[in-house]
Amino acid sequence: MATRNRPSRTNGHPKAVLLTLVALIVALFAGIGATTVLGDAKGQWTPKLGLDLEGGRQITLEPVIGEGSQKINSGQVERAVDIIRKRVDGTGVSEAEVTTLGERNIVVSLPGEPSKEILNSLSRSSALSFRAVIASTRNEPPTRTLPQPPSVPKATASPSASGSTSPSASPTVSSAPSSSSTGANGVYPQAFPAAATPTPTPSMTAGATQSPTTATANKPKNPSDPAWAQQPVSAVWVKGGVVDQGSTYQDLLQEYSCTDNETRLIASNAPAGQPVVMCDQTQQNKFLLGPVEVKGDSITDATSGPETNQQGVQTGGTQINLKFNDAGKKAFGAMTTRLAALQSDADRNRSAIIVDGQVLEALGTREPITNGEAQITGGFTPASGKLLADELKFGALPFSFTQLTNDQISPQLGQDQLQKGLLAGAVGMLLVVLYSLFQYRVLGLVTVASLVISALFTYGLVTFLGYANNFRLTMAGVTGLIVAIGVTADSFIVYFERVRDEVRSGRPLRSAVETGWQRARRTIIISDVVNFLASAVLYILSEANVKAFAFTLGLTTLIDIVVVMMFTHPLLTLLARTKFFGSGHKWSGFDPDRLGAKGVTYAGRGRVTIADRRRAAAGGQI
Amino acid sequence: MASFAQFGNDLYTGRRQINFIGRRKLWYGITAVLLLIAALGLFGRGLNLSLEFSGGAELKVRGVTNTQNFDTRAQDAVHQATGTEDNLIVTKLGDRDIRIQTEKLGNGTAAATEEVRGALAKEFGVPAAQIDSQFIGPSWGETVTRKAVQALLWFLALLSVVLALYFRTWKMALAAIVAVIHDLFFTVGIYALTGFEVSPATMIGFLTILGYSIYDTVVVFDKVRENTHEAFVTGQRNYDQAANYAVNQTLVRSINTTVVALLPIGAILVVGFTMLGPGTLLDLSLSLFIGIAVGAYSSIFIATPLLADLRRGEPAIKELAARAKAYQTSQRAALTEADTPRATPGESASGVVEPERAAAAAAARATRTKKRETHPLARLDRDRDR
Repeated sequence: MATRNRPSRTNGHPKAVLLTLVALIVALFAGIGATTVLGDAKGQWTPKLGLDLEGGRQITLEPVIGEGSQKINSGQVERAVDIIRKRVDGTGVSEAEVTTLGERNIVVSLPGEPSKEILNSLSRSSALSFRAVIASTRNEPPTRTLPQPPSVPKATASPSASGSTSPSASPTVSSAPSSSSTGANGVYPQAFPAAATPTPTPSMTAGATQSPTTATANKPKNPSDPAWAQQPVSAVWVKGGVVDQGSTYQDLLQEYSCTDNETRLIASNAPAGQPVVMCDQTQQNKFLLGPVEVKGDSITDATSGPETNQQGVQTGGTQINLKFNDAGKKAFGAMTTRLAALQSDADRNRSAIIVDGQVLEALGTREPITNGEAQITGGFTPASGKLLADELKFGALPFSFTQLTNDQISPQLGQDQLQKGLLAGAVGMLLVVLYSLFQYRVLGLVTVASLVISALFTYGLVTFLGYANNFRLTMAGVTGLIVAIGVTADSFIVYFERVRDEVRSGRPLRSAVETGWQRARRTIIISDVVNFLASAVLYILSEANVKAFAFTLGLTTLIDIVVVMMFTHPLLTLLARTKFFGSGHKWSGFDPDRLGAKGVTYAGRGRVTIADRRRAAAGGQI
Repeated sequence: MASFAQFGNDLYTGRRQINFIGRRKLWYGITAVLLLIAALGLFGRGLNLSLEFSGGAELKVRGVTNTQNFDTRAQDAVHQATGTEDNLIVTKLGDRDIRIQTEKLGNGTAAATEEVRGALAKEFGVPAAQIDSQFIGPSWGETVTRKAVQALLWFLALLSVVLALYFRTWKMALAAIVAVIHDLFFTVGIYALTGFEVSPATMIGFLTILGYSIYDTVVVFDKVRENTHEAFVTGQRNYDQAANYAVNQTLVRSINTTVVALLPIGAILVVGFTMLGPGTLLDLSLSLFIGIAVGAYSSIFIATPLLADLRRGEPAIKELAARAKAYQTSQRAALTEADTPRATPGESASGVVEPERAAAAAAARATRTKKRETHPLARLDRDRDR
């Protein structure tokens, strides 16, 4: 019979199977060891802990849909995760995690206790917008070292910035732009019709260049007007301690530090109708920008593709194609018309795409773009072009976020929970061990050994997954692990009971182990499959805490199968060959007399049971 | 524990049998009453849903040295911080912890919760890091519940398919599913009746009960399948008896498994109640504890009797019953003739004859082979042999 042959194949080499298992465990821990020594981000010997055990802040964000007309797709949510991740990383918080939750919610986990500004910045909608550049300057980090109070730099710093003391500062600053060398070098339709633009230029530039001298005290006439530089700064800057009351935007441009994240947060929250100072992504250049002219949500599409010239021939570069809606078309048309007229002014010819208080790109403008479709060219690689196109497309998410949950957990509480949880686990384990010793005598030790092996596997895998998949053990996960003790122990119970059944039927232990295993294996596999199915469904369909629980439960179910197959069964096969178990010692848990095997009934033709042998021995017969 | 081992042996050999299937009306009756009570609790009292479902805020001030007048002090601090008269529930947890719960704090935003946190830290003279705050928006619970119900339905659907395929009969799948739904309903009913708080962690527990209960039922059904398969081959027992025998044979395993599963969970429960107070650990383990206990009950008292009932009408089962009846009648006749010891209870319930009696019966039968040739039912035996 096929079923009779199969066991002898696997069980013929129980030692080999056990050795394989040992090799697996050694490999697992060697792998963890390797991650601690060689890993990019160093691995660790202990599992990574979830926020509820480690302490920290966890926030669930839910998108708010504006008019109900828009549906949120997964691409947008993924994009939002990226943006929020950038924001969090930008604030310098290490080990922060941003993940999606379900189809549309986003979970942000921050270790420790994050500041209020950081918290606020998270749920703010990522408003991308266009502002006209009024002036730009190099950021010079050394001028702003540590503890200078805002008032001091105001007095001392102005000379340090390249000759910008006079009220008509903008011309001087404009001489210094190193824009072409930085990332801020994109240009609207790059190569051509230069012939069309000159006509408006003279008249417009004339008007514009005059304005700085005349308009110092006047109200700015348009968003590019250098007169903005002399306007008093918005209250947010004073409140944020960047400049003093009564400072102008010109002062702000000098005081602004590109490396200060707090300042950047203020910039991102600055009123749209006012100028603002921001830096580019390299933190090398800072810009004084006019009020918001085009909002990012008026971009209907942004794609990147090979750059083509007017004849439709590819030039080998990459360009970004923008499409605007009607409002965007009008606003963008107005802005580009004005900027195109300022070709002589390297700064004021440019418009800046800003997001999260940072200038993504500052683009020169060659011609008015009034048809609502724009191309951005100049120095993009396919990858950087796609990145910018994505930023443009999704950067201005049509939704902001509300906080669904906001939990602050102190590290002490987490530690406390973990300790008590582990204590409960230890106590539970001990009780299981005692019970199985009670029920199965020495055989119970096999259970204990199997549980220890399972625990080793689980610890190793959880630690390794923490490194490889950033799996974090939460309280729910710990509970899952403790609950799994029961599941794992049950496999042994099913197995042992089956073997006992066979012993009761009069089989000698060695064959009882084999036949019992044949039958128990089926049951163990199907019940583990069911359990795994339950955890898989839970894992796929549920969220957050439930997921962690389901994951550990599923993991331990798999470990259970491995341990039963590769440890418990081979071990029992080996033990059945020993005298202690094989002859059914009173304390072995397989004592045929105790199990009620009378030895006369089911043993079958020519088969002698242990009980028979023992009785024969007692009677002096052979 | 020799008696327990002896009990197991007797159950296995059939010397002692509990008539689970024969007395199914009794189990059904008890179950119906229990379910009715659960339904009363569920629809009458309703579930005591935690803060996570209704939305609100909870703050825990830990390690307070001076807890005098903690209630009014907390109330004042909160009201001053928010400027609104919110309805607060202030409780003391343990010796030094204070918990403040409310459905709405100030303007109901996370920012308001933050302010209150600061105010409480000042009032009770602890660092803000020692205050755990939890703010839950109103739609959070809805999301969690929807997900859980989705998971439940998917699980049941998938499970039906897997079980129907494994056992090759949809009736086993159905019986198992009914048992699972029973467990779930009953557990939730207990929560409603006792007024235990239902938190998202509790819901995780409810969902896990599904897996556990099914697991339990599957182990029993596996034995049922084995025994009934054997019965179909030998024709010595009818389906009910074979199934009943299976439940009896797996009873020791069921008890052991349940005890082993409940031991660690019980440990969590004790630790949770005495040391931790409300939290994931306690909520989860409580629902599991109840669910697993109920699951063991249902796999024995409901799933298998129900399976027998479902299959009773099948022609193959009826035919088996007729064959078994013939076999057992003739055997009983033989036993009476042989004047063997009194019948054991296992004989009628599970169709198991004790080894000694079986041997005697076989001997008795051997002596009256001639007679049986003329017996009208003898043909069935012979057919079988062919």
